[in-house]
Amino acid sequence: MKTTEILIAGFGGQGILFSGKFLAYKGLMEELQVSWLPSYGPEMRGGTANCNVILSDTPVGSPIITTPDVLIAMNLPSLQKYVNTVRCGGQIYIDSSLINIKVERNDVEVFYIPVTQMAKDEGIGSLANMIIVGHLLENHPELSFDGASEVVENLVPPKKAALKELNMKALSLGKNYNK
Amino acid sequence: MADRILMKGNEAIAEAAIRAGCRHYFGYPITPQTEIAAYMAKKMPKIGGVFLQAESEIASINMVYGAAAAGMRVMTSSSSPGVSLKAEGLSYIAGSDVPALVVNVQRGGPGLGGIQPSQSDYFQATKGGGHGDYRMIVLAPASVQEMASLTIKGFDLADKYCITSMILADGTIGQMMEPITFEDTEIKTYEKPWALTGTGCARKHNIINSLYLKPDELEKKNFERYEKYKEIEKNEAMWEEYMMDDAEVCVVAFGITSRVAKNAVLTARKEGIKAGLIRPITLWPFPNAPFEAAADKVKAFISAELSMGQMIEDIKLATKCKKPVTLCNRCGGMILAPDEILDAIRNAEKGELA
Amino acid sequence: MAVVFEKPKSLTDVPFHYCPGCPHGIIHRLVAEVIDELGIEGTAIGVAPVGCAVMAYDYFACDMIEAPHGRAPAVATGIKRCRPENVVFTYQGDGDLASIGMAETVHSAARNENITVIFVNNAIYGMTGGQMAPTSLPGQVTQTSPYGRDVNHCGWPIRVSEMLATLEGPEYVARVAVNNVKNVKNAKKVIKKAFENQIAGKGFSLVEVVSACPTNWGMTPKAALEWVESDMLPYYPIGVYKDRSAGEEK
Repeated sequence: MKTTEILIAGFGGQGILFSGKFLAYKGLMEELQVSWLPSYGPEMRGGTANCNVILSDTPVGSPIITTPDVLIAMNLPSLQKYVNTVRCGGQIYIDSSLINIKVERNDVEVFYIPVTQMAKDEGIGSLANMIIVGHLLENHPELSFDGASEVVENLVPPKKAALKELNMKALSLGKNYNK
Repeated sequence: MADRILMKGNEAIAEAAIRAGCRHYFGYPITPQTEIAAYMAKKMPKIGGVFLQAESEIASINMVYGAAAAGMRVMTSSSSPGVSLKAEGLSYIAGSDVPALVVNVQRGGPGLGGIQPSQSDYFQATKGGGHGDYRMIVLAPASVQEMASLTIKGFDLADKYCITSMILADGTIGQMMEPITFEDTEIKTYEKPWALTGTGCARKHNIINSLYLKPDELEKKNFERYEKYKEIEKNEAMWEEYMMDDAEVCVVAFGITSRVAKNAVLTARKEGIKAGLIRPITLWPFPNAPFEAAADKVKAFISAELSMGQMIEDIKLATKCKKPVTLCNRCGGMILAPDEILDAIRNAEKGELA
Repeated sequence: MAVVFEKPKSLTDVPFHYCPGCPHGIIHRLVAEVIDELGIEGTAIGVAPVGCAVMAYDYFACDMIEAPHGRAPAVATGIKRCRPENVVFTYQGDGDLASIGMAETVHSAARNENITVIFVNNAIYGMTGGQMAPTSLPGQVTQTSPYGRDVNHCGWPIRVSEMLATLEGPEYVARVAVNNVKNVKNAKKVIKKAFENQIAGKGFSLVEVVSACPTNWGMTPKAALEWVESDMLPYYPIGVYKDRSAGEEK
C-alpha cells in the first residue's frame, strides 16, 4: 500500500490549483486513486491558496492532508505555516527565488529551486509552479515524466493552445534541474 | 469498465442530474456550490434544457415548485443560508406532494456564517426547516462518485414517492475532485397523472395545492402522507458498515467526516483497538437497523460531526441509549482531523467518556 | 327555451366564497370568458395566490396550482419554462403581488416571462380582515392604519403599472377597473389582449384591475364602487401604460 500526500501552497495566481490538477490527472493516468481538494473562497483572489492532492494505490480516505509526504512551498508564509507538518522522511520543494530561508529540519529532504527566477529568464513567467512539478515527477517513479504532455493536453483549454508548449517547457526545466 | 474522469463534486451532481433526465434547473449563486449553476448554464441550452438564474433563492424554489407541478424532473441547489430562504418552498412542495431534488452544499452557520465546509444543517434537513409536519429524503454523499450516484437515486426516489430528495453535501465534497465513472444506469420514468399539463378538455382539472381549511381534512392528508413516509423508512434506509464485525467502539459519521473517520479507524486498528464505523447514507430515513444490532455489541458510540451535535440525537434514539454516545466535533467551517477522532476512540476504548 | 346568459365553461360549479358585492366574481368571470373565447380552456394553467383569491383553484376549470404568498410569478415561470405550449396565468391581489411578491413581480416582468398576470388591486388585505396594503391610499383607514395611512410613517402607495412600465422587459402593462359597465367591458378587452399576447409569444402582460372591498372598507357595495371612482381612480388612473407591439397589428 503506497499513498503520497502532496500539499501545494502559495499565493493566489501562482497556479497552485493548476499544478495540483496536473498531479491529480497524472495520477489518474497511472491508474492510481486520487483526490484533489482546493482551498476556496475570497482568499483565492490574491491571498493564500493551497491544494491537497492524494495519490494512492488504495481508495483515498480523508482528502484532507494533515501530515503531507510532500510540501511544495511557493512563498514564505506557506513554508512557515506547513514546514513542521511534513512527515518525517518526506520532501519539501521550495521556490528559493521567493523564499530566502533554509529549512531547519534534518529529517526531511529539501529541494531549493529558484523557479520564479528561472521562469522569468525563460520568458514563462507564470509557470514557475510547473518547473517544481517537473522536478517532483523526476523524483517520484510512481508518477514518472512519461505521458506528461498528454496531461497538459487535457488540462489546457483549446483557446490557450500556446500554453501547452510553455507548460512542457517548464516541466522539462524542472526535470533537468541540477543534472 | 467505463472511463474514469476527474470531476469536482459539484459538477458531478450537475452531470448526473442531466443524465437522470433533469432538463430544468433554477438557482441563485452562493459559495460553495456555484459550480452546479455554472455547469447547468453551460450545458442546458445545448441539450434543449432550461437553466434560469432566479432573482432569489425564494423565487428559484418556487420555479422548482411550478416545474415539478408541471411534471418535470427539476432541481435547484444552494448552500446553507440559501437553503433557509428556500424553506418556505420546501414546505409547500411537501404539502403538495410533488417531486423535486434540492442540493445543499453546506457551509458554516448560523447567520451568514462562513463559507467553509460544515454539517450543521442536519437538523434543518432531517427535522424540517420549513413549517409543518413533513419529511424529505436526505442523502449524504461521501465521495464525488456518490455525488453523482445519489443524485440519480434522489431523482428516482423523488418521483417514486412524490417527495423532495435533498442531497446534503458539504463544501469539501463539493469542491474536491476525484475520479468518477458514469456507468449506463437505467433511468426509470414514472407516470404523473396528477401533473399540470392542461386538461385538453378531456379530464377534470388537476389541482396542485397544500391548503386544507378544514382541520379534519388536513389531518387526514397528513396521516396519509405519514403512511407514505413509513414506507420510505421501511424500504429506503441506506448505510455503510466499515470494520463493524468485531467492533467494540463504533464511530458514526456521514459525508466528509466519514472519510476522516475511516482514517482514524484504520489507525486505531493498528493500535489494536477494535474500532468500526457506521456511515449513514440516508440521514432521513435514519438507518436504525445497524444501530440496533451494534448497540448490543459495542462499548460505546462516537458521533463525529461538523456541528455542535445534531446527528447524535438520532444515534441515541436508534440505540435507545443502550450504550454511551459521545460527541467528537468541530464546527464553523473547521474539519475534524483523524487524530481528533482517534483520541475519541482511545478514550471510548478505555471507558473514559467525555 | 333560449339560453340568454350562462356560466363560462372555464368556471366550475363550485360556488364562490367571496363576500356580497365583491368584484372578484366579476373578474373571475371576465378571465373565464376570455379563456372560453380564445378556446384555451384545455391548455390553460392558472396560478392562485395567497389572499382572498386563494381558492381560485376550485373555481377555474383549467389545471390550477396554489402558490406561496407572492410567489405566483415564480411558480408560473417554472410551469411556463417546462410547458411553453400551455397558456399560464396568475391571479393575484395587492398584498401578494405588490408587497411580499414584489421581487417576483418585477423580475418576471424584467425577463418578459411569457405569462399573463391578473393583478387585483383593492387597496386592502381582504383575507386577513382589512389591514393596510401597499396600495392603500394616503389617509385610508384600515385595521393596521387605524388613524389613516400616514405616508410619513409608512410610505406611499405603489403604482405598480406605472412602475413596471418603466422596465424594458414587459410586453404589456395596463390598468382597468370594474366599477361600472363601461369599465367592465373595457377590462375584458384588455384582459383578452393580455392572453392574446401570450399566445402570440409576445411576453409578460399584466392587467391591474382596480377593484373594491366593501366588507373591509366598511361600505355598501354601491358606496364602494363610488369610492373607486372618487378616490381610487384619481390615484390609479385607467390606461395602457406599456404596449410594445402597439400599432404593429391592424
